[in-house]
Amino acid sequence: MSPILLQVIVSGLLIGAVYALFSSGLTLIWGMMNVINFAHGDFVMLAMYTAFVVWTLFEGGPAASIPIAALVLATIGVLSYFLLVRHVMKGPMLAQILGTFGLALLLRYSAFWYFGANFKTLPDNLLGPPLVVGSVRIDAPRLLAGTVGLIVTLLLHLLLTHTAIGSRLLAVSEDATAAQLMGIRPERMQAIAWALAAGSAGIAGALIATFFYTSPTVGETLAIVAFVTVALGGFGSVPGALVAGLLIGTIEGLSAYLIGPVYKDVIVYTLFVLVLWFRPQGLMGKT
Amino acid sequence: MRRYLFGQIIVLLVVIYPLLTMRVPVYQRLGALVLLAAIGASAWNLIGGYAGQVSVGHAVFFGAGAYAATAVYAHFGLPPIAGAPLGALIAILVAALIGVPTLRLSGHYFSMATIAMAELMRVLVSNWQWLGGAQGISGPAVPRTVLDLSFASAVPYYYLFLAVLAAILLLTWRIEASRMGFYLRAIKDSERAARALGVAAGRYKLYAYMLSAGLTALAGSLYAVMFGFVDPESACGILISVKMLIIAALGGSGLLFGPLVGALILVPLEEISNSLLGGRGAGLTFVAYGAIIVIIARFLPNGILALLAFRPAKSAETERGHAA
Repeated sequence: MSPILLQVIVSGLLIGAVYALFSSGLTLIWGMMNVINFAHGDFVMLAMYTAFVVWTLFEGGPAASIPIAALVLATIGVLSYFLLVRHVMKGPMLAQILGTFGLALLLRYSAFWYFGANFKTLPDNLLGPPLVVGSVRIDAPRLLAGTVGLIVTLLLHLLLTHTAIGSRLLAVSEDATAAQLMGIRPERMQAIAWALAAGSAGIAGALIATFFYTSPTVGETLAIVAFVTVALGGFGSVPGALVAGLLIGTIEGLSAYLIGPVYKDVIVYTLFVLVLWFRPQGLMGKT
Repeated sequence: MRRYLFGQIIVLLVVIYPLLTMRVPVYQRLGALVLLAAIGASAWNLIGGYAGQVSVGHAVFFGAGAYAATAVYAHFGLPPIAGAPLGALIAILVAALIGVPTLRLSGHYFSMATIAMAELMRVLVSNWQWLGGAQGISGPAVPRTVLDLSFASAVPYYYLFLAVLAAILLLTWRIEASRMGFYLRAIKDSERAARALGVAAGRYKLYAYMLSAGLTALAGSLYAVMFGFVDPESACGILISVKMLIIAALGGSGLLFGPLVGALILVPLEEISNSLLGGRGAGLTFVAYGAIIVIIARFLPNGILALLAFRPAKSAETERGHAA
């Protein structure tokens, strides 16, 4: 394998782990409540601005910005659930789409109004020199993002499958009424799910901000990546999101290198449509 | 009788609106924009409202119409409006092509697939030099003949759009009362039940989708004729798709006059806040826009016309009551 190809694949896997992290939140909400959160990408965007603010206020690096962004976003997630999602869930599907899309516009243009349209970037040398292994050179921010992305996604999966909270969340997503009869409060569980989903988007955003420009509309691009990841992995499946995220990161990198950077989106969207066509339940979704 | 009188007064007001606002060209332009938005949202309403298949990718068809109009001018020197039938034809073919696989998907899956299609199209168009790439292409800079439909005043556009909207609403009204209208409503309420009763659900959804696509392309062509410039973001951007959906849902989706009512509220709001807030305010406009959408979804999930308890909304409710 040529060194460049290896480099491309390693970078693809690292970015893929971050995709997996912020797609996990989307897939959790989707699988549990059958609600698409169109504002999910804008949650990531807010987390990126949070990291930027943390840097400008007291020159805090990722060690400070990751927990702060996770907390801020988890709060926003819970607020969104109680003020909006809880109510639109009872309405027609169109009202759900409208509700979360309205929220997306609200967040996106509030950021636009407050921070302006200009790209903001954190300093390049925030995390020290790149790591060189053999012929592969990895930038420190991407290495951190990929590693933390992978670990947090796995932790989220363990939380859902191996803890009492996880069992309760699963019970509510299977049958909210039956869960309620067993003494579980569906609304509290759903609020926790929103906190987890938005919180993981917060961690992902703080990570992405270390190597990617921040702008008010960056969430739109990220949301589409998340939709593709969720569709490919299977709605509601965190391990599916992980596999799909790694796959999409690699495919994006490879098609940018082999065909041309412009066409990487074309390849990803085509893949999305093909998956919906031939395997709508995704790689790891239940039929 | 009083209901008809009320209707007649409204029709009269709509027809003489440009005369009433003679002194204020800005208002005439606003009227034309409201009608144009109502055309697009009414076209969306056929598949999204009546058939209940929430497309979030109608920008594909809007873009087909808009680009067809500017491309026939830029490459063949024809008047832009000559591109309208071509655009509609392309849109109908594309709808058939993407409708066959995607309409099999239900609910959110269909919405997601349409988003992906629209984004795919936007990226392709942005890189297609024949259509001007990311820069976009322009229509005639100065009108050569009256056929170019390039006017300084908004009044001719107002009446052109009014005629098109009237034709679409008439068509929708006829469909509503036809066999197809009943089939679509049955599919919307429960596709499985409709199929069990022998409705060829797939075929009727596809018909509605293709018709909706053709009419959306017409809206795109009219947009290109009035504005004389098209680029990937203004013709195929995700906001184009979303606006159609929001306008229809705001007024009342699946209702004949829902899109028009939605456009009457949303378009002036957008224009007024744009002009009041100017430059930096563009962000604030969309903040207000987002807030209003959230409030509508939260408190009026069936649209404004549902408040007036129009017949279709009522009958749907009682049907559901019987089912339960």
